[in-house]
Amino acid sequence: MNCFKIRDLNLYYGDFHALKDINMSIDQDKITAFIGPSGCGKSTLIKTLNRMNDLVEDCRITGDVDLFGEDIYGSIDINLLRKRVGMVFQKPNPFPMSVYDNIAFGPRTHGIRSKFQLDQIVEESLHSAAIWDELKDRLHKSALGLSGGQQQRLCIARALAVSPEVLLLDEPTSALDPISTGKIEELLLTLREKYSIIIVTHNMQQATRISDNTAFFLLGEVVEYGSTEGIFSMPRDKRTEDYITGRFG
Amino acid sequence: MMRSRFDESLTLLNNGLIEMGGLVESAIFQATQALLEQDAAKAREIIAGDTIIDEKEKDIESQCLKLLLHQQPVARDLRQISTALKLITDMERIGDQAADISELCIYLAEQQYIKKLEHIPQMAGETIKMVTWAIDAFVKKDQALAETVIAHDDVVDALYVTVKRDLINLVHEDVKTGEQAFDLLQIAKYYERIGDHAVNIAEWVIFSITGKHKDKQML
Repeated sequence: MNCFKIRDLNLYYGDFHALKDINMSIDQDKITAFIGPSGCGKSTLIKTLNRMNDLVEDCRITGDVDLFGEDIYGSIDINLLRKRVGMVFQKPNPFPMSVYDNIAFGPRTHGIRSKFQLDQIVEESLHSAAIWDELKDRLHKSALGLSGGQQQRLCIARALAVSPEVLLLDEPTSALDPISTGKIEELLLTLREKYSIIIVTHNMQQATRISDNTAFFLLGEVVEYGSTEGIFSMPRDKRTEDYITGRFG
Repeated sequence: MMRSRFDESLTLLNNGLIEMGGLVESAIFQATQALLEQDAAKAREIIAGDTIIDEKEKDIESQCLKLLLHQQPVARDLRQISTALKLITDMERIGDQAADISELCIYLAEQQYIKKLEHIPQMAGETIKMVTWAIDAFVKKDQALAETVIAHDDVVDALYVTVKRDLINLVHEDVKTGEQAFDLLQIAKYYERIGDHAVNIAEWVIFSITGKHKDKQML
């Protein structure tokens, strides 16, 4: 079963052709890693999956992107799309408010007002993001006082609070120390049971450790897409081999 | 160049494997000479020389572990380093077998052979060829040559059967030849095992090229 099906996708920023004829299906309840040198289009593609590129002036998209069979560039409600497809960025970006309010923000936006229900969502989301034990006694303190690793897990909890189907993560650990990185990786492996996850990473070892499938991007094209073990042990394309072994980058 | 140090280390690793291959080929050749010439002194040298092969194994093992630690290799680098780790185990065992042959040479040096040694030296020649080809196949990434090694094992196995049949006939004719016949059969068995180790090496060479070991996808 696929969460996303992408067909003949092309994306232009003005005259610049950033994504070229992308055709790929993303497996449900699996972790898919996007790898490739800077500027190859991997972040552009994940932003296309919850229509973050709509905010970019001069951005033009052709082709189809279906989320569980529904065309996300059709008549879909964009707020609902972003609830179904959550996103976590490279730099942790907690809102300047309490831990509790950070998590409750999304559910409140979607109309949940009951304190009992919000309490439940906050606790469940923090549990799911493996940070409840660390934060249960400081729920009403500012999220800005947390460490980088805690802030990033809080951001994941915030994304989970609106019960998404897919999580997009754009280099979520690149600003974190190895211990925080390890915690996030463990967390993603646990979350894989319930969510489809797409992660952009520059860390090859991270891709091999946590992802089921890997796509290698170069100059806006998908050069190779397949099982992570296959890509990292016996890549089919010489450009993939050269990139992952550090022969160019 | 982005990874010149890594490439340099991989070249060093390859050179080490070629060197270790040379040492084991020489050990088999010298052991065979000692057997034919009934030269106990040469046999003792081969036994002593086995330590050098063992040290070489440890040295290459350490190089491989350092490369795994420092470079966290993937794709062909991963296959090359993991194959090197497998090859040295088989090469070290070949060295042991050359030493085992030499042990028996010392024991047989004082005896008159019960027959002229014909097929055992042939086995030695064929196994040396197999080991040389197997290491060459690794260095040159030559799958066809590795497959030749695997096929060539039948030649060595057939020679072993011939040696065994000849020795059985001799023992039938004169039971007093029995003790030396067992020793010679043991020597033939060591050569036959060397052939099997060369096959193991060739199979891992094919893995390093194709990612498949005995037709099984390893990852």
